[in-house]
Amino acid sequence: MSGKKVNILKSIPPATKNAFINYGIVIIAFAVISVLRSLGLLSISLEGQLVPICCYIVMAISLNLTVGILGELSLGHAGFMSVGAFTGIIVSGLMSQTVQSGALRLFIAIIIGGVAAGIVGILVGIPVLRLNGDYLAIVTLAFGEIIKNLINCLYIGYDSTGIHISMTSEAALGLGPDGKIIIDGAIGAVNIQKISTFTAGFLLVLGCLIVIQNLVNSRNGRAIMALRDNQIAAESVGINIVKYKMMAFVTSAVMAGMAGCLFALNYSTVVAKKFDFNTSILVLVFVVLGGIGNIRGSMIAATVLYILPEMLRGIRDYRMLVYAVILILVMIVTNNPTIRNLLYEKIINPIRAFLPRKKGGAADGYEN
Amino acid sequence: MLFLFLISDLYAADISFKRKCINNMAFLSYLIKGLSLGSVYAIIALGYTMVYGIAKMLNFAHGDVIMIGGYAAYISTVYLGFPPVVALIIAILVCTLLGIVIEKLAYKPLRSADSLAVLITAIGVSYFLQNIALLIWGSDPKVFPSIAKSMTSISLFDGQLVISWETIITIIANIVIMVSLTLFTSKTRTGKAMRAVSEDREAAQLMGIDVNKTISITFAIGSGLAAIAGVLLCSSYPTLMPTTGSMPGIKAFTAAVFGGIGSIPGALLGGLLLGIIETLAKAYISMQLSDAIVFAVLIIILLVKPTGLLGKKVIVKV
Amino acid sequence: MDTKTKMVPIPSTGLMPERDLGTRPILEVSRLGIKFGALAAVDDVNLTISRTEIAGLIGPNGAGKTTIFNLITKVYPPDSGIIMLDGKDTSGMNTAAISRAGVARTFQNIRLFDKLSVEDNVKIGLHNQTPYSILDSVLRLPKYWRQEKIAHERALELLSIFDMQDLADDEAGSLPYGAQRRLEIVRALATNPILLLLDEPAAGMNPSETEALMETIVKIRDKFEIAILIIEHDMKLVMGICEGIAVLNYGRIIAKGTASDIQNNPEVIEAYLGRSRSGSAPEIL
Repeated sequence: MSGKKVNILKSIPPATKNAFINYGIVIIAFAVISVLRSLGLLSISLEGQLVPICCYIVMAISLNLTVGILGELSLGHAGFMSVGAFTGIIVSGLMSQTVQSGALRLFIAIIIGGVAAGIVGILVGIPVLRLNGDYLAIVTLAFGEIIKNLINCLYIGYDSTGIHISMTSEAALGLGPDGKIIIDGAIGAVNIQKISTFTAGFLLVLGCLIVIQNLVNSRNGRAIMALRDNQIAAESVGINIVKYKMMAFVTSAVMAGMAGCLFALNYSTVVAKKFDFNTSILVLVFVVLGGIGNIRGSMIAATVLYILPEMLRGIRDYRMLVYAVILILVMIVTNNPTIRNLLYEKIINPIRAFLPRKKGGAADGYEN
Repeated sequence: MLFLFLISDLYAADISFKRKCINNMAFLSYLIKGLSLGSVYAIIALGYTMVYGIAKMLNFAHGDVIMIGGYAAYISTVYLGFPPVVALIIAILVCTLLGIVIEKLAYKPLRSADSLAVLITAIGVSYFLQNIALLIWGSDPKVFPSIAKSMTSISLFDGQLVISWETIITIIANIVIMVSLTLFTSKTRTGKAMRAVSEDREAAQLMGIDVNKTISITFAIGSGLAAIAGVLLCSSYPTLMPTTGSMPGIKAFTAAVFGGIGSIPGALLGGLLLGIIETLAKAYISMQLSDAIVFAVLIIILLVKPTGLLGKKVIVKV
Repeated sequence: MDTKTKMVPIPSTGLMPERDLGTRPILEVSRLGIKFGALAAVDDVNLTISRTEIAGLIGPNGAGKTTIFNLITKVYPPDSGIIMLDGKDTSGMNTAAISRAGVARTFQNIRLFDKLSVEDNVKIGLHNQTPYSILDSVLRLPKYWRQEKIAHERALELLSIFDMQDLADDEAGSLPYGAQRRLEIVRALATNPILLLLDEPAAGMNPSETEALMETIVKIRDKFEIAILIIEHDMKLVMGICEGIAVLNYGRIIAKGTASDIQNNPEVIEAYLGRSRSGSAPEIL
């Protein structure tokens, strides 16, 4: 009887197993944190980080789709986050009178924010995906900066006569006395009604996880990975390069947009500068440290690395410094076989020698 | 697209005012300013392009080495009271040493690693430098004393064209550096070794070239140049903060790619063009949108010439 | 192994296997040419391949053989000439389109999807044969499950041609060299081609592997009823299974015919071995 059970587990392909483990991790984490929350056991700072963590997880897994699955380095990911964020703010602001339910407004805002980011993704993708390697990276960086710059000069408000848009100044909006400003140029978005919730964050993470994993474990995912591993060979078996590059890139952009929207609607003011090159790089660090192409790794890395500076609060002024040093050390250890072996010899194996061994040597042979 | 529509709105508003001021002198003055800014970008871009050529890595921390150079010069003049030339030399020494140390500690262990891994390490170094500077000097902007402090600007054409000495020194420095570097790489043994390692590291090694030494020298030169760029940059734009190197670094990096990454004349061309476009955009179109315009031009040119202006097309054997 | 069929002359200056008589040739290349800079890498090349012919393309290194493959598969656009596939003009097609039209190829330097499994490599070859949309993937609609099952079964079936079905879950990059070459052929077959281009399939193989490969190629032709054009340096393979052979030197075809025609052609011998010091072409080995 137990023999039959083992057989069923074996027949599930490893990719599917992995996918369900990831769903499990997210669901269990959500359940545990929700319980802790309702019991009042979470610190205030951690509570405030729940929504941003969800956003950064989605940013990381969506960037991993471009960098790890498609194999193209994108340095402007935060630009899509930005588009989603400000679109969401505008949509939510405009709906604030008509739709009372915060959750519904959030839902609509996230969808529209995602679509907007997707459209920008298509516009950026058309020129970008023709380039290779470092040139592609530079152009994505350039687009990220352009988006930030444009939003910094954007003025949007509304009054009884409708929406007003200007690129020059607040005054040029010509708002009536009952008008409200939504986006105020370099000051950013103001007076945002905070409607983001942890539950929404959880649902967003789960949704994006489902989309990405189902996409990767399918013919479309295989085509995208084929482009990564050998573009010339992929073309030779009839795979349409532009179609699949765009598929990966735009899907990634849509998710980043949705994450940005959720992020923005969590604060009362948001500036475009928050979504600049530094944010793009931060997410890239999450992806690389978590393992390029490794979705679970991205989720974990995003969570841990986001919380880390908070946990290092004790060291206050030195924490970013420590963060930087940790980053450099981790990169050296994981990428230099000599140093890694040294580490295992001198530190890890002696520790292992003290711990009781589990039966079966297969796990021992594995390196992370 | 929407961007163009909104921009034309802005442009129309601005141009009626500007029309009164547009005359040849103003244009010339902007052009010269652009050359000066472009010279700074070119010198920075050189560091990026040389390191990329030889180690195939994007030295993300380069912009922050510039910032350290700025602080080194600042300390030398303001706290130690040295004259500007000595301060410059100290800055160059500090940065050169810094560049070599960074290469040995952080980049060399990853020589055989994925380029993405090296990029992330460089990012770590960049964060590290910025935060060290933050800890030591704080985030308040320091006022940088110009190297041409005591020299009054040159006035031409009855005062219609005013060129500051900082501008002149920057442009001359750029020319000198470019010429010496080109001579260095084509005539000297070390320079040729650098070119060899850039082209084919294994073959160079088989020919007896000390690859490690050559790479270290490249980093040293790049970092030394960064110091010069830092001093020149801060002379013309006198505020100095830990984040001062970041944006010029990004722009110079785009200039290097724009000109063709790995190409020294490309870095010159890319840097100068970027500086001119940025200055003219600030003057004639919009102060706030100048960055967007610069990057937009970059994108357009890369679409037309995907390997950069002077870049070589890499031919893949099928 | 008797693979030779009678080659019969066809109206133009070509030869065709008897069994293909009366059918349209699968590939007709006329006056094909391309220049790299000032060098004509391929010059005025004419080729005709019939529907189930195993043809060989031989010549010294650098003669332009792989370039011809690249021209047929539109990796390079030709400077001159027309390539007709099954009666249709292929100008204006790109590489992906030519693949969909039925031309599959392998590469001189193996181009596998290293990080993916053996089975996935074959499944990518099956990409256009088992279609479903992105919506089907994301929402896991029935069409996804159906096509994936078909793809899985077909992949294993194709791998069994080379007896590789047990390697299905191995990482493609970890296979030994010979297995990688065979995997490339399987992947090419997965695209359901009408013309298969093999670029040095026996490279790096020992004599017994080459024998096995020769048998398998003929088996493939018989089972799938496709035409196969092979670039090879291994003369045993070429003379053993190729019905029609074209010899390329410096971008031009210098001889065409059956194996015995080629072996006795003095120009061919000279191209491979050079002139002897007395100025005459050396005798056959």
